[in-house]
Amino acid sequence: MVDMPVVYATPNRPTPGRPVIFSPDICSGCNTCVTVCPEDVFIPNPNKGRSPIILYPEECWYCGVCIDDCNRKGAIRLNHPLQQRARWKRKASGEHFRVR
Amino acid sequence: MDGYHSFPWPYPIRYGQQDSHETDVLILGGGIAGVWAAIAARRSGAKVTIMEKADTRRSGAGGTGVDHWGYAADNPCSTITPEEMTSALVENHFGYRSGISTYIHASSAYETLLEMEAMGGKIRDTDDEFKGAPFRDDRTKLLFAYAYDNPYTIRVWGANYKPLLRRECKRLGVELLDRTSATALLTEGGAHGARVIGAIGVDCHTGAFVVVRAKAVIVATNRPQRIFTFTSEHRGAAAHRGGSNVGNGYAMGWRIGAEFTLMEKTIRSPFASPYSYPAYGTGNAINTWYPCTIVDANDKEVPWVDCNGKVLSTVDERCRPAEGQKFFLMGGGNASQPHPGLKKYAGPKLIPDLEARMMKGEFTPPFYADLTSMPWYEREAIWGLMVGQEGKTRIPIVQTYERAGFDPAKDMLQTYDFLRGQGMREFVAPQERTFGEIGVAGGMLVDWDLMSNIPGLFGAGDLLFGSQDHVNAATTGRYAGARAALYARSVSHAALDTAQIEREKERVYAPLTETSDSIDWKELNIGVARVMQNYCAELKNEELLKLAEIWLADIEQNEISRVSAGNPHQLMRTLDVIDILTCAQMIVHASKARKASSEVLSFNRVDYPENDPPEWHKYIVIGQDKNNQVRVTDRPLGFWGDFESNYRPRHAENMAAMQGAPASAAT
Repeated sequence: MVDMPVVYATPNRPTPGRPVIFSPDICSGCNTCVTVCPEDVFIPNPNKGRSPIILYPEECWYCGVCIDDCNRKGAIRLNHPLQQRARWKRKASGEHFRVR
Repeated sequence: MDGYHSFPWPYPIRYGQQDSHETDVLILGGGIAGVWAAIAARRSGAKVTIMEKADTRRSGAGGTGVDHWGYAADNPCSTITPEEMTSALVENHFGYRSGISTYIHASSAYETLLEMEAMGGKIRDTDDEFKGAPFRDDRTKLLFAYAYDNPYTIRVWGANYKPLLRRECKRLGVELLDRTSATALLTEGGAHGARVIGAIGVDCHTGAFVVVRAKAVIVATNRPQRIFTFTSEHRGAAAHRGGSNVGNGYAMGWRIGAEFTLMEKTIRSPFASPYSYPAYGTGNAINTWYPCTIVDANDKEVPWVDCNGKVLSTVDERCRPAEGQKFFLMGGGNASQPHPGLKKYAGPKLIPDLEARMMKGEFTPPFYADLTSMPWYEREAIWGLMVGQEGKTRIPIVQTYERAGFDPAKDMLQTYDFLRGQGMREFVAPQERTFGEIGVAGGMLVDWDLMSNIPGLFGAGDLLFGSQDHVNAATTGRYAGARAALYARSVSHAALDTAQIEREKERVYAPLTETSDSIDWKELNIGVARVMQNYCAELKNEELLKLAEIWLADIEQNEISRVSAGNPHQLMRTLDVIDILTCAQMIVHASKARKASSEVLSFNRVDYPENDPPEWHKYIVIGQDKNNQVRVTDRPLGFWGDFESNYRPRHAENMAAMQGAPASAAT
């Protein structure tokens, strides 16, 4: 017998649904990003010291001040929507790349 | 799992509980214009309060940075006078750009920038990074953009200007009401059109009701966005102006009888398109990316031409005026977009027939911005200084792209023009218009004090009619702050009208009641946008505009009551969309009033097809009388009169007032 996962009835995630990605090992849960966000996208995590909750991801303006004003380098990463990731070409080799 | 779960609301709920404040100068909106206004008013000795929907550290369209301090005709290297600069910009908008705000901007941009430097902002190349660059003035170490021979746009390190301005507000003792969204202006006796004596706001975290009594009020909120298009799927990353920019000041002013002009100007813009990429994050050759070389898929360079059609062979020539030209205009909002402006002010650009030549096989799409072949100083100025300090670029573009391996010395960033065989503008569907996401737009009609027709009500920044950009916001904010402080000295506080306050309380908390057929703020926004797409977009006539009017009035009367908000954040968004609806109605009123097509206003009345007939070359002014009837008047072009005699005495008064300032948070 294979163990089946526990499944919940959930509404669809709002999209784009993951404007930033927190690194739990680096983030101290200081909530500076909650304070500065111009769109009020986050709320503090009910578990003190943990990364904020992205309550309204679809309202993100992708301005990056949560990262700019963060005290811990690498704690937050901006995650552009898939449909808005630009491409570039290396001139010498002709190789193609894109935003990740 | 974010967004799946319900969480206990993290802030105390205080619906209906009143917080009362009293101040001399109240500023609604703490973006660039608002914080500059606060600093100037405080330095002029006034007690100052800012009511800001977000947080003043980073809020506003310019809160994330600025890279070019444009049209600074007062800088020590300028070869153009403020008079010439203003006249050229107004002329390049065919008269539909404010001579008032533009002259304030061109006369005090550098003076304002020096204050920024005194607050700790970097404005010159003190680290000698650009030593040897042709756009550097070695004496002042100022760097200039676009035009090497006419240095009027200063390249600056502005990504941290907003936190520095906020720090100065704190140091001077400005009262900051962050996370408080202004909803209404209070008037003497509660009467329509009477002197403004305060304002009301709602706390976006607690829902508390905030009442501020003031002697003067400066509205420094941005223009309405999301009038024609709204979808969260696409808007955020691409938008120049954030989700909080919904025209609160327009709606509040309109409701008490303030006059507005140029409201009929809406444009079709790639920046309003669902297909846009992150701003400044694709290859191009304009504005922040000027004068970047563009190549096709086979590395073939696209030629540049000057305004005479002469093909330019070097990068250097792209930064020089053409033969017979004293200077060219370049930078945000230099022409009446999408109209290219007048030939006499046109700068160098890519060949205008690129599309036709591509279709004949001379060039192969896709195209790329080739920073690798640019001189080192332009490459490093474009990528790193301009893209990096410009709003929304340090993290979303430079950090994010470089993390993925982008190297401006090796890589060519793709442009998205012509990918479907057509340029960016045609990438936008006809109904996907915008009210001032970019460019000069309509707004509050003000005089040389930046005061509206309502006594005590001042305006600053993007809300001003015919205005545009970060530096305009900074300079008009600073000017309005001093004017309002001087005005506040001459008046006393008035008693607030209880009935007016109670009416507003009832209005703002109405969305907290859920009904069986409730919808949310997003559905309301999309509904309003659809009406505007159908009846007030590319084609307009009396019948279409009548339908727009009927539909919007219907939504106001029958649909707003269905919108429900579950917490203070959603309440703020709901009240925002109600203001968007009011702004849409203002645009329809103005569109009905202009009974002529206008190419230069991107305004197409199919029932009045003649473009720009001389008798309609004027400002249409709209306002509401006390019975909520729309009152239409007009003003001739250039109605602001002489620049110098209007500006100079007021500027002298402002400077004297600001120098008599408290040095710190005393009082």
